[in-house]
Amino acid sequence: MARIVGAITSSHIPAIGKAIARNLHEEPYWKPFFDGYPPVHRWLAKVRPQVAVVFYNDHGLNFFLDKMPTFAVGAAPEYRNADEGWGIPTLAPIPGDQRLSWHVIERLVGEDFDITTCQEMLVDHAVTIPMALLWPGRDAWPVRVVPVCINTVQYPLPSAARCYKLGQAVGRAIESYDEDLRVVVIGTGGLSHQLDGERAGFINKAFDIEFMEKLPADPLWAARYSVAELVERTGTQGIELLMWLAARGTLGGEATAVHTNYHIPISNTAAGLMVMERRAA
Amino acid sequence: MPPPRSIPGTTLFDGAQAIKGYALNKMCYSFNSAANREQFKRDEDAYCARYGLNAEQREAIRRRNVLDLIAAGGNVYYLAKFAGILGLDVQDLGAQQTGMTKDAFKAKLVAAGR
Repeated sequence: MARIVGAITSSHIPAIGKAIARNLHEEPYWKPFFDGYPPVHRWLAKVRPQVAVVFYNDHGLNFFLDKMPTFAVGAAPEYRNADEGWGIPTLAPIPGDQRLSWHVIERLVGEDFDITTCQEMLVDHAVTIPMALLWPGRDAWPVRVVPVCINTVQYPLPSAARCYKLGQAVGRAIESYDEDLRVVVIGTGGLSHQLDGERAGFINKAFDIEFMEKLPADPLWAARYSVAELVERTGTQGIELLMWLAARGTLGGEATAVHTNYHIPISNTAAGLMVMERRAA
Repeated sequence: MPPPRSIPGTTLFDGAQAIKGYALNKMCYSFNSAANREQFKRDEDAYCARYGLNAEQREAIRRRNVLDLIAAGGNVYYLAKFAGILGLDVQDLGAQQTGMTKDAFKAKLVAAGR
């Protein structure tokens, strides 16, 4: 049977793509950020995932307002990255795992999640940047992916509680899969930041720190807030913490943080990183 | 459902915004394509007319004014592609929207980490 080896949550700030391309890892501005990742590389070398299930939000590459699914699950043979209009390097296509995708889709719909299925799906920086951070300098991606997109573009957005429940259902789906597979779950985005409006530049360190502290053992702490209340506390793009809640949901029960990093600012954003494992029973 | 509470300096992109901004956002979405970006640069008026921008949206595009673009129904994720044409990064946009210099805006971000 498939097994979840743990969950990684990471920011996906576009500027990281440029910094990687220009090899700025040791620059003073970037070093506190990039230094968060080698412990994750060592953890990945230990747990050796074969597949990554990635919760992310599309930023207007694959989905437009003509059709905007709340939850969309990829079922493609591969996922291509493409020009997003503002010039970050386009990365190589990532192989999919169609059989696992359809298993997850069957189970989610079986649990009353009315998802959209995508046999063609462009993935943007919210997938490629974390992949490049987790598996740097590779000619070919060492994992297949199943992307799960959560809408953060068009309100109303799904609630924190609903995203957590989606994660729980995806976790059950993975663990009921009949192949022996090691699966890592990734949630991308956040933490607090706001790009638009007079409130642009908003960052809330106190909230982020508390959110990261609560996430392993008390993930529903954030679900006490409505989406609007979360935007008020974390910014219009800080709401991407929904991906963190979904990723955390796949682990169920209690989890422990095996690695954490947090740094302000990268671009306009408070950059966060966590690796969580299930707490041993 | 109660309406979303009001957050100062913040527009939640709800159904009303989606209706108001559809043409503008559709044009900005087209800027994912390099060929479309070039066409816009060659003849901005014709490009805006093709997407049916209203006068408020056309003027906000002409003035490169982010707050006006949001007021005209623009969504940040699509507007970012317009900013890409102009060569503006998110600190440029932040500075413009907050009325700060770019250096002051960047200093504000650094200060948020203390």
